[in-house]
Amino acid sequence: MKLTINGKARTVDADPEMPLLWVLRDKLDIVGPKFGCGIAQCGACTVLVDGQPVRSCSTPASSVSGKVTTIEGIGASTVGKRVQAAWLDLDVAQCGYCQAGQIVSATALLQSNPKPSDADIDEAMAGNICRCATYIRIRAAIKQASGQKGASA
Amino acid sequence: MTFAPSRRDMFKTLAAGGLLIPFAISGRGMAAAPAESAKLSAFLRITPDGIITIASRKPEIGQGIKTSLPMLIAEELDADWQNVRIEDARLDPVFGNQMTGGSYATTTNWDELRRVGAAARAMLLQAASKSWGVPVGELTTASGTVTHKKSGKTRSYGSLASLAAKETMPDLKSVTLKDAKDFRIIGTDVRQYDGPKIVTGQPIFAIDTRLPGMKYATYVKAPTFKAKVENANLAAARAVKGVHKVFTVEGGDLIDELLPGVAVVADSWWTAKKARDLLAVEWADHPTSTQSSEGFLTRAKELAKVAPAKNLRNDGNVEAALASSAKRLEAFYDYPFAAHATMEPMNCTARFTGDKLEIWTCTQFPDQGRKLVAKTLGIKEADISINIVRGGGGFGRRAINDFMVEAAWIAREAGVPIQLIWSREDDIQHDFYRAGGFHQLSAGLDSNGKITAWSDHFITYAAEGFFKIDADIPPHEFPAGLIDNFSLGFTEMPLGVPIGPLRAPRSNAFAFSFISFIDELAHSAGKDPLTFQLEMLEGRPVMDRGRGAFEPKRAQAVLRLAAEKANWADRTKLPKRSAMGIAHWWSHLGYFAEVVQVTVANDGTPKVDKVWVAGDIGGQIVNPLNAVNQVQGSVIDGLSVALYQKITIEKGAVVEGNFDTYPLMRMPEAPPVDVHFIKSEKAPTGLGEPALPPVAPALCNAIFAATGVRLRSQPIDPNLLKV
Repeated sequence: MKLTINGKARTVDADPEMPLLWVLRDKLDIVGPKFGCGIAQCGACTVLVDGQPVRSCSTPASSVSGKVTTIEGIGASTVGKRVQAAWLDLDVAQCGYCQAGQIVSATALLQSNPKPSDADIDEAMAGNICRCATYIRIRAAIKQASGQKGASA
Repeated sequence: MTFAPSRRDMFKTLAAGGLLIPFAISGRGMAAAPAESAKLSAFLRITPDGIITIASRKPEIGQGIKTSLPMLIAEELDADWQNVRIEDARLDPVFGNQMTGGSYATTTNWDELRRVGAAARAMLLQAASKSWGVPVGELTTASGTVTHKKSGKTRSYGSLASLAAKETMPDLKSVTLKDAKDFRIIGTDVRQYDGPKIVTGQPIFAIDTRLPGMKYATYVKAPTFKAKVENANLAAARAVKGVHKVFTVEGGDLIDELLPGVAVVADSWWTAKKARDLLAVEWADHPTSTQSSEGFLTRAKELAKVAPAKNLRNDGNVEAALASSAKRLEAFYDYPFAAHATMEPMNCTARFTGDKLEIWTCTQFPDQGRKLVAKTLGIKEADISINIVRGGGGFGRRAINDFMVEAAWIAREAGVPIQLIWSREDDIQHDFYRAGGFHQLSAGLDSNGKITAWSDHFITYAAEGFFKIDADIPPHEFPAGLIDNFSLGFTEMPLGVPIGPLRAPRSNAFAFSFISFIDELAHSAGKDPLTFQLEMLEGRPVMDRGRGAFEPKRAQAVLRLAAEKANWADRTKLPKRSAMGIAHWWSHLGYFAEVVQVTVANDGTPKVDKVWVAGDIGGQIVNPLNAVNQVQGSVIDGLSVALYQKITIEKGAVVEGNFDTYPLMRMPEAPPVDVHFIKSEKAPTGLGEPALPPVAPALCNAIFAATGVRLRSQPIDPNLLKV
C-alpha cells in the first residue's frame, strides 16, 4: 500500500486490515503515535489525515488515501509549532505518553477553530485521555497557542 | 496479615545504599563518555565546552524526577542549568538505590544528591586552587565558573574538568552544603528536561525501543489468575502470515512472577495479536474461580456483624465509652478493587546475545526485576543488564516485574530479540489491584459533640505476593491516637486476585472511609465539619505513624489554609444542590487538606466545580512548576477513582477490560484545582502521592452537603443522588 506520511511518500507491504498505528510503529518505525487502548477510546494514537484527527489504532491503513501527519510532522505547520511551543512553555506533560495525541488533536482544533471557547476545547479534546490528568495545563496551552487570555494554569 | 516487615521496612530494604554508594571514579556508572569529557563521579561528566552531563539514576514515570533530582546535583555544583544535560542511568550498584515509589525520591535524595554535587564542586575548586596557587578558601563559584576575586581570575568548569577529575573525591559526609537562601536552581520553576522530545514525538519511551531483527510478542494468560493452559490451537496461530513462533509457557504458581500462558511472536504486534485471537485457549479450572466481588460483599456484611478475627489496637475502653455516649453512629463503608491503567501498557524489550541478556523497560523496581529474571530463567544476575527507560505512567504498577520476566522468557524461547507489549485488556485484567475493602465503623459523641469512642472492624483480604501488605492496616493509622477510646481489628477473606500498591496505597481508601465517617459525626454533632476536624487534632501530641512523625498542628494548618482559600465560611451562600466538603489526610510524610465544591444535577450527576488544595511537604519545594502539576494531577486522579472506577471480580477474573468499561476522567469533567503550599521548617518530602487521598472524602462530604445523601460506597452511584 502507498501512504503519504509527513510529506513523504511511503510504500508498505502489510496486511490490508492492519491499522495505521501498527503500520506506522512496526513497519515504518514512526513511533510518535502511541498505543493506548486499541479501540479508539483514549486518543494516544491520534494522527491527522488531511487535517482531520483520526484514531490510527482503529483505522485500517489501506483505507487511508489522504495525507497523514503524525506528531513527528506536526511542527511543520505554523499552528502545530505554536501548540508545541505552548506545551513546552507551560510544561504540560507529566509522563508524556498521551501528549502526542493531545498535541495532534489540539492542532486539528486550532486549524479549524482558531479561537476556541472552553466548551469548544472540551468537545474537541474529550477523546484524549491523560492518565496523569494534565487537563488543566492542556486547556491553558490551547488557549495560549490560540492567543487568548485565560491561559494561566 | 503481619506487620513485619512494615511497608517502611520493605522500602528500606529496597532502598539499601544510602551514603554507602561507591561513588569512586571508575569505568562504571554513566554510559561511555566521549573522549574529551572528564568524569568527576559516577553521576557526572563535564566537557571542555562546559556542558555538564548528569545521570538520572531513577526511573522517570511522570513524577518529574528526571529533572528534579539532577537539579539537586546541579545546585550544589553551582552549574548553569542551561548547560546541564541529563542521561538515563542503567541499573548499576554504583548509583545506589534506583527504585522509585512511595514518594521517596525527594525525601531520600535531598541530602545525598546535593552531596554528590558538592563533592564535584570541591574537586573543581581544588583543581583551580592548584592551577592558580591560591587557597581554596579564596575561591567562589557561580554558574559553572570558578572565580578568584583577589586576582580577578576566572575559569570555566569546562576548562577545569580534566584537572578536577584527577582530584580525590572528598568524603560525601564532610562536604559543605549551601544555605537554602543561596539556592539558584532549587525552588525555581524548571521545565522538564524531556519536554522538547515529548512534544516532537521522539522515541523516548520503553515501547519505542527498536532493535535490529526485533520481533513483537503478545502473551495470553488465564482470566482466572494462575490457571494453567489445558489446550490451545497453536497451529491456527502459526498459520497467520508474519507469525514467527507460538509456544506455551508452563510458568509457576507465584502470583507476581511468571504465570502460565501462551506466547505469540510475529513481525508486528498487530499480527501477533491477530494470531493470538485464534488460539482459543482452554484453561484448567482453578480453586479461586468461585470468587466474586458480589460474594466478597455478602461475606463482608456477615463478618461485619461479628467481632474481628484479630485485634490490632485497644486504647481506653471503647465498649464502655460507646455505651455511655450521648449519640452513637454506625456505618459500613466499602470500596472496590481499582486498577492502575498507566497510559503506556506494560512492555519490555529483551535480547539474548549468547548467555548475556539485555533488557529495555520501564520498571519502578529494576533491581527486583533483575533478581526475578535471574531466578526464573536460571541465569546469573551479572549476565543481565537493564536499561531503565522512561515510562508512560507508573502509579505503583511498575513496582511488579511480571512483564519483565515474561519478556525475558519469550526472548530466550523465540531465539530473537522481542518486544513484549500487553494489550489494554491484558493490563486491566492482569493488574496488581488496589485492594478493595470494608469497614464497619462505630463511634460515640458526648453531649458537647466531641468524639469519645471509635471502633473499626476492617474486613480485608489474605492476599498473596510481595505486595500483599497493601491489603493491611497499620495499628497507628488515622485516627488512632486522636480518640481516647479506640479499637481496631480485622478479619481476612481468602483472595486469588493480585494486590499491589496504587498511588497513595491504603491511604487512598482509608481517607475516604474515615474522613467521610468523621463528616457524618460532625453533622450529627451539629458542628461545622472544618471545626470538627480541627478539634479532633487540637492539643494532640506528635505521634509515630510508622513512616514518620505525624504533627497534628501541621494538619490543622493545611485545613485552615484550604478553608481560607475556598472561602469556606461563605459556603452557605452557594445555590441549591451546590456545596462544599472538606477533608485532610497525612500520607508519605505530606500534609494535605482539600475543599471540593460540587453541583449535583437533578438527574444525579455530580459536577465538581472547583478544588482548593493546601499542602505542607516541608520547607523547600524543589521544582514548583512540577509540584503544582503533580498536585493537580493527583486531585483529578482521586476524583476519577471516586466517581468512576471499579474492578469487578466474577469467577475469579476481572470483568472490565478497557477504557469503555474502566473510565478515566476526561477534559470536560476536569475541574480547576487551586494549589497552595505552606513552607514549614521541615526537610522536603515527596509529592507523587499525598495530595490524592483527601479528595474522595472531600467530594463525598460536599455531595452530602448538597443533597443530604451520604455515599458510603465507591465509586459513587449517581442514581442515589436523583431529585
